[in-house]
Amino acid sequence: MDAPVPHPTLFLLGASHQTAPLALREKLSLNQERAAAFTTRLQQLPGVRECALLNTCNRVEVYGVSADLPTLASIRAAFCEITGCTLAELDGACLQLANGEVIAHLFEVASGLDSQIVGETEILGQVKAAYAAAQVRRLTGPVLNRVFQKAFQAAKHVRTHTAIGTGQISIATVAVDLAEKIFGSLEEIKILVVGAGEIGVKTVQSFQSRGARSITVASRTLAKAEVTAAQAGGWAASIADLPETLAAADVVTCSTSAPGAVITAVMTATAMHRRPSLPLFLIDLALPRDIEPAAGKLPNVYLYNLDDLAEIAEENMAQRKAEVAGCRAILAERTVALWHQVAPYLHAQVPFAGTDGSAAGTKDPRPAAPPSAAAHPPAPPP
Amino acid sequence: MLPLFTDRFFIWAGALLYLAGFIAGCATLVRRVPPDRAQTMLNTLLVGGLLLQMSGLYLRGAATGGCPLGNKFEIVQFVAWSAMVLYFVVGPAFRVSLLGLFTAGYAAVLALVSLLIPAWDAMRGEKLFGNNPWVELHASLAVFSYGVFGILALTSLMHLLQNFSLKQKQLNGLFWFLPSIKALDQINFRLLATGLVILSFSLGVGATWFCQDIKSVDSTKLLATAGVWLAYFIVLLLRWRGRLYSNRFAWVCIVLSLLAMLSLGPVNASRHATHPMTVLAAP
Repeated sequence: MDAPVPHPTLFLLGASHQTAPLALREKLSLNQERAAAFTTRLQQLPGVRECALLNTCNRVEVYGVSADLPTLASIRAAFCEITGCTLAELDGACLQLANGEVIAHLFEVASGLDSQIVGETEILGQVKAAYAAAQVRRLTGPVLNRVFQKAFQAAKHVRTHTAIGTGQISIATVAVDLAEKIFGSLEEIKILVVGAGEIGVKTVQSFQSRGARSITVASRTLAKAEVTAAQAGGWAASIADLPETLAAADVVTCSTSAPGAVITAVMTATAMHRRPSLPLFLIDLALPRDIEPAAGKLPNVYLYNLDDLAEIAEENMAQRKAEVAGCRAILAERTVALWHQVAPYLHAQVPFAGTDGSAAGTKDPRPAAPPSAAAHPPAPPP
Repeated sequence: MLPLFTDRFFIWAGALLYLAGFIAGCATLVRRVPPDRAQTMLNTLLVGGLLLQMSGLYLRGAATGGCPLGNKFEIVQFVAWSAMVLYFVVGPAFRVSLLGLFTAGYAAVLALVSLLIPAWDAMRGEKLFGNNPWVELHASLAVFSYGVFGILALTSLMHLLQNFSLKQKQLNGLFWFLPSIKALDQINFRLLATGLVILSFSLGVGATWFCQDIKSVDSTKLLATAGVWLAYFIVLLLRWRGRLYSNRFAWVCIVLSLLAMLSLGPVNASRHATHPMTVLAAP
């Protein structure tokens, strides 16, 4: 009986929040050193022709081109060796895809469709970083170069032509979006942070990321306010001065642990009397609530509490999920087209790594020139 | 010129393009396409509509040898045209999202209503401006200022919608694409000031000739025009002093714009009382 002919395959091996519970993901996660060691091992495996490692907090995935099926078993073994997990654990959580499925998966990952928070954009940067790292170590070739670059284009297309990325989905960013609906640019607005809690600080950071500069932190203890203000690059104030500082603020975030209202409707009305034509955005992030609901009924005052913000975030998330089917349809077309372009190159490759185990990153392990023109067809058109 | 290509033909075509722009804009919103992406298509339709409407008004003006403000139909068409011209000035300057959609709807309604009421275009005043370019300038600027107040009413409506969405926490669909409250507030103030300056200049020019020929102006017209000017002046003063703001300011601007448009009826009728009328061919 003839031995099976080695069949080069575009493969994906990995685990993510879709396939593995948190506890196992912790075990499978790769820190910088482990990731480097694993990459070196991949480079040394004779059957691996191309590879790239995508390593984020929610996923560890190896994309590559293997000469034959046993190579995949070697990769699994190497991964278990590096992480210390058992083969059984890995098999229980491992996602293994081949050829067109790999392209479809990478397209979805890069577009944020496969993310825990659907439509998030951070993953695209992480995929780009993974690809760049693989390029630096010369681990990619015509197949992965093509697949990754097309994945970036597909992600951009989906993001531009669908509503997958619209609407914020965290409390802090929803609040910032709302502030933009009230004030437009946030560069000139004055933010008052009442209470030096973590959620208040995070909200301020979100405002700062959109250009807000003027921050005042008010707390029961001035010392605590000063510490938080120093972190945020703002000013400290005592909560006793709240009536004064409230009149000067455009956005107020409240997150104290006070049992009752810190900002009353009367206090707000008095502040608004001094700046009637300027809008005031009150964000109540505390439980029990810090701001009397009646304050939100005043003209030019917009009051949002935790439930309001969470509801908007949920609506946005539901809207994003509703877009997933449309995004997948767009990506499916591109996947088929790309697979037809990439498939011929799978059979025309040579391994980048020799069996001598030359150290990755120290020299280019691939042959300097293709052995023959026939074996290396010209790069596909961009 | 072929009988088909009359002034009304061009005005109809322009009005239908405004309507098409409005419908296309609404459709993109329903499909949740961000308005900036649909802006090119909308602006193309509106530019087409503006050119066609302007051609129609030009033909009217050429036929009568003056600014086409001879009857209610022409005045309303001129207001719609002014609003559209202003949109192309205000839109890029302030980047007011959705203003194109609102202006398209406003201009389409004005243009189509005036086309669909034949009585408004049955007769037209002759030599209303007595071959005096200053009186013509006065009239055209006054009507142009009504176009500015029309746009002000639209941005005020946008302010009310944005305020409603933020207060009621209804931020989906159309609401999400509206400009910010602060931006709308600033635009409203500037539009109010601009409209008032144009109207003041127009009335100043008119007053110069009015003083020379006191019988030429009907008291109804004088009262209506002065009333509109005074009302807007008081609103500007109150807004500037911080006494009128937010929703109330927006409501006042909308109501005043409607009253200003309604005042065009008596103003037009009073002009016809003092000038000979020509019966136009059935539209």
